Amino acid sequence: MSIAKNRKSGLMGDRVFRMLTSGFAACIAVLFVVMIGVLWHESQPSIDKFGFSFLTSTDWNPVTNQYGALIAIVGTLLTTLVAMLIALPISLGIALFLAEIAPYWMRAPVGTAVELLAAIPSIVYGMWGLFVIAPMMADWIDPWLFEYLSWIPLFSTPPMGIGILTAGIVLALMIIPFIASITRDVFLMCPQNLKESAYGLGATTWEVVKDVMIPYGIKGIVGAVFLGLGRALGETMAVTFVIGNAYHLSWSLLAPGNSIASTLANEFTEADGEMYTSSLIELGLVLFLITFVVLSLAQLWLASGNKKRGA
Amino acid sequence: MLQSRMNRRYFLNRAVLIASTGAALIGIIMLFWILGDVAIRGMSVMNWDFFTALPAPPGEEESGLANAIVGTLLMTVAAALMAIPIGLMTGIYLAEFGKTNLFGRLIRSLSDILVSAPSIVVGVFVYLVMVKTMGHFSGWAGAVSLAILMLPVVIRTTEEMLNLVPGEMRESALALGAPYWHMMVQVVLRSAKNGMITGIMLSVARVAGETAPLLFTAMNSPYWMESMNEPMANLTVTLFNYAMSPYDDWQQLAWGAAFLITISVLVVTILTRLLLAGRSKH
Repeated sequence: MSIAKNRKSGLMGDRVFRMLTSGFAACIAVLFVVMIGVLWHESQPSIDKFGFSFLTSTDWNPVTNQYGALIAIVGTLLTTLVAMLIALPISLGIALFLAEIAPYWMRAPVGTAVELLAAIPSIVYGMWGLFVIAPMMADWIDPWLFEYLSWIPLFSTPPMGIGILTAGIVLALMIIPFIASITRDVFLMCPQNLKESAYGLGATTWEVVKDVMIPYGIKGIVGAVFLGLGRALGETMAVTFVIGNAYHLSWSLLAPGNSIASTLANEFTEADGEMYTSSLIELGLVLFLITFVVLSLAQLWLASGNKKRGA
Repeated sequence: MLQSRMNRRYFLNRAVLIASTGAALIGIIMLFWILGDVAIRGMSVMNWDFFTALPAPPGEEESGLANAIVGTLLMTVAAALMAIPIGLMTGIYLAEFGKTNLFGRLIRSLSDILVSAPSIVVGVFVYLVMVKTMGHFSGWAGAVSLAILMLPVVIRTTEEMLNLVPGEMRESALALGAPYWHMMVQVVLRSAKNGMITGIMLSVARVAGETAPLLFTAMNSPYWMESMNEPMANLTVTLFNYAMSPYDDWQQLAWGAAFLITISVLVVTILTRLLLAGRSKH
């Protein structure tokens, strides 16, 4: 009798438990749908008025009430590109150094330090960029680039210290520890006997890395890169301090620009008028969709890699 | 012929090793430079006033960030109280029931995307849903936007920690006739407790330094808060405003705020590492 009762209450409990947890899980999906829905709804005025030209126009002018997102979109993509170009080789270098090259006594403390640096809030990187990197760029690096490389359109505007390049560098510093620590973990997961077999065949360290460790961990490495990319695209504070907040489209990395996130940070609370606010919200929606697409692609890629490699 | 090929391989190897060590050195030096700067400039403004006084207009003595420190603490705690129950339950669902089914996979993907969702867009969203409807900025809105950012971290670490619990433990409990949820609560959750606490601490560390989502939700305030239902001072937005200001003493305070945030985040992160290390020893 009591066993049967116990069993009954157990089954009941299981059902309740399962329903409860799945209910909470559903919250995430609801949150997502509501988020996109609200952003979409609130950007209607701007979508109605500008349509597709919102994405292609460079005119961002609160006075004439004309809004186009191209400069902010280009600024976001360009700073992210600069950041990834700098961060990728350096973080792979750090990961490789920590996993294969550094003397053993050095690996744990330096590895921990890099992980800790990944935890530092982005606003600290941004502030440091403003007070330390920007003056350095203004005094040394930008003038040098301008003097010797100004025949390249990328460096063709007079140096100011702040701008796309500086923002890209600060962004790179922010994502380096992040990508490096994940990539190191991926390298460390490579089984010792795989590596030793390659060494035993006479491979050099670089050949072991290139032909064994990278192919073994390629999934994790690409995953880390995409996570870093997602962070860089949506990052606000590391960029806002040093990007310069200017609205003109230029090929030059030395020129000040604007990213979607920095535009929002600077203008959202001050925006008056329905069209202004709704254009800013549409800007946010665009940023959300860009990161959404990038991260979904990463997930699809990882899932397909999963099947093929059977790992 | 063979000799020259060997030479080329060794040369290439040497070149890559040097390049990688160089890259590592550059990266590590830059990163320690940041930490050093924040520590040196930040520590020089640490004094009693910094922790007890309200922010004062530029030029006045006795200026501090007491209200911002309390505001950040309050909002972070409130955010944790909102995010932890939802996050834990969702994590449990993913680990126990949603391993392979479509709904589980969908929720897992969504929370992975949410981890990297631009935090400023979360701020805009909460502004539209809470600030605009209530008609004023508020600490609650700030806490909600932080909670949204915490959520995916809690979910994913809970799931990972539950997956680490050995199958034998579940099976023994089930074999003794325990209902599934009994087994969950008394065996699995208990043995994954430390790991889950770590996940929560990590998520707290992550949102404690967030600025972007607070800009349009909690905003900032130079006064003591009377409730969380009003614009609320917090360290990160204060840091942002003060660092961008032209006043020297405000910029000094900003360095102090940066130091305080960095130190607290690092302490929490180190604590979680110690917790994890202690666990793996047993």
